[in-house]
Amino acid sequence: MEFGINSPVLFVLAGIIVAVVLAQSVFFLVKAWKRAKQLGMDSAKLKRIARTAAIFTIAPAIAIVISVITLSKDLGLPLPWLRLSVVGNLSYETIAATNAENAMGLSFGQVTGLTATQYVTIASVMTISILVGIWLVPLIGKKLLTGVINLEKRDKKWADIFQNSMFIGMISAFVGFVFCDVADVFKGDFTGLIPVCVFVVSALVMAVCGLLLKKTGKRWIMDYALPISLILGMAAAIPITAWLS
Amino acid sequence: MKKEMTYIDQVHSFGRKWNIFVMIMLIAYPMVTALIFRTGPDWHGFTMGLIATAPMYWAVAVVETITYVPMLGAGGSYLSFVTGNISNLKLPVALNALEQADVKASSEEGEVISTISIAVSSIVTTIIIIIGVLLIRPLTPVLNAPVLAPAFAQMVPALFGALGVVFIAKNVKIAVAPLILMLILFIAVPALNAGTVGIMVPEGVLFTLGVSRLMYKKGML
Repeated sequence: MEFGINSPVLFVLAGIIVAVVLAQSVFFLVKAWKRAKQLGMDSAKLKRIARTAAIFTIAPAIAIVISVITLSKDLGLPLPWLRLSVVGNLSYETIAATNAENAMGLSFGQVTGLTATQYVTIASVMTISILVGIWLVPLIGKKLLTGVINLEKRDKKWADIFQNSMFIGMISAFVGFVFCDVADVFKGDFTGLIPVCVFVVSALVMAVCGLLLKKTGKRWIMDYALPISLILGMAAAIPITAWLS
Repeated sequence: MKKEMTYIDQVHSFGRKWNIFVMIMLIAYPMVTALIFRTGPDWHGFTMGLIATAPMYWAVAVVETITYVPMLGAGGSYLSFVTGNISNLKLPVALNALEQADVKASSEEGEVISTISIAVSSIVTTIIIIIGVLLIRPLTPVLNAPVLAPAFAQMVPALFGALGVVFIAKNVKIAVAPLILMLILFIAVPALNAGTVGIMVPEGVLFTLGVSRLMYKKGML
């Protein structure tokens, strides 16, 4: 069979794996939903949570589609489709593909017509380098979570602070990232302020949603506050970028 | 008599099987491709590519697993580490869902809410990517339109602005020290940027836990 980076057989292979991952998500969804009902959780509440998760996911998922398009120029469609549906993200996949291509004397973004050998090499490097999380969770996940439960039994107040501290630690790192280029202002480059302005717009929208929720008591505001803030923040990036670039 | 498995035990049992199965499928992709096209990898390129990529990502994956699993819960962890995009999608989805349901992450209610939100997010993401792949020709000029580029480039700031304001407002005392540290680090160290923010998450978490423990011991929390 003649090789091509968009060969139909590659679509079939990627499609089978994506279908398995989709089945895993459906399996856990059904299992968790049934358990939620056993715990006496309200169906309407569960549906609201599922709806919010679905709506909130749309914009980031479109960003992932853009990543697929970006990577497809070098690697064809099936491999980026698979890699970004399972485990991957754009920065990792780009670095892994670039390293594998460089090792074979190729340059990322300028590759035309990979051979089957080159394709298999790149796919192998991209796959093996990212697998740790998939097997490590089965190995240590239960122990880690048992540790959290034991902590809760020993000292409930500290367990709450522990959980909140983890969330805050993660959020702090991303807040730091938002400000990473602000010092460029002193060199006359104002583009570093773009993420800061977007961050502020999104935070303000969220705060307004919170105030509206308190004033009106309408629960749908809470359900849609995060997706609305995300979309308005992203939309604000368009004029802000034009202004500061 | 055999002891009946709890819900959490079942999640771990099924999660292990699913993840190992997916891992085998993923490894099979390059192997089956090689078999079909009667070739093998370029071993020199493979070794050099792996040396350049794997050590850093293996180390990051170990730290990410230890950091993210307690936040994602059991079901959420098995799913998230298979479907990826944890910090920029799965974890924010789970955090928002826990907030929306007003349940604690460590409770069983929190466990099911986290799993439901991450499963729905994974399904929606997979379906949107499938639609994107099917419609790639008509979609490419639209999604790559220069007018939309700034919006997608600023997705992370927009996401963490909304998420940050909620969690920071609720945990001001806990948030002050890590925020100051991360702002100083990211502004002062040029190497810290979009490519390295993921590596800084565990540092942020560890530092926050340390400061919180100190404050808790001194009765400040």
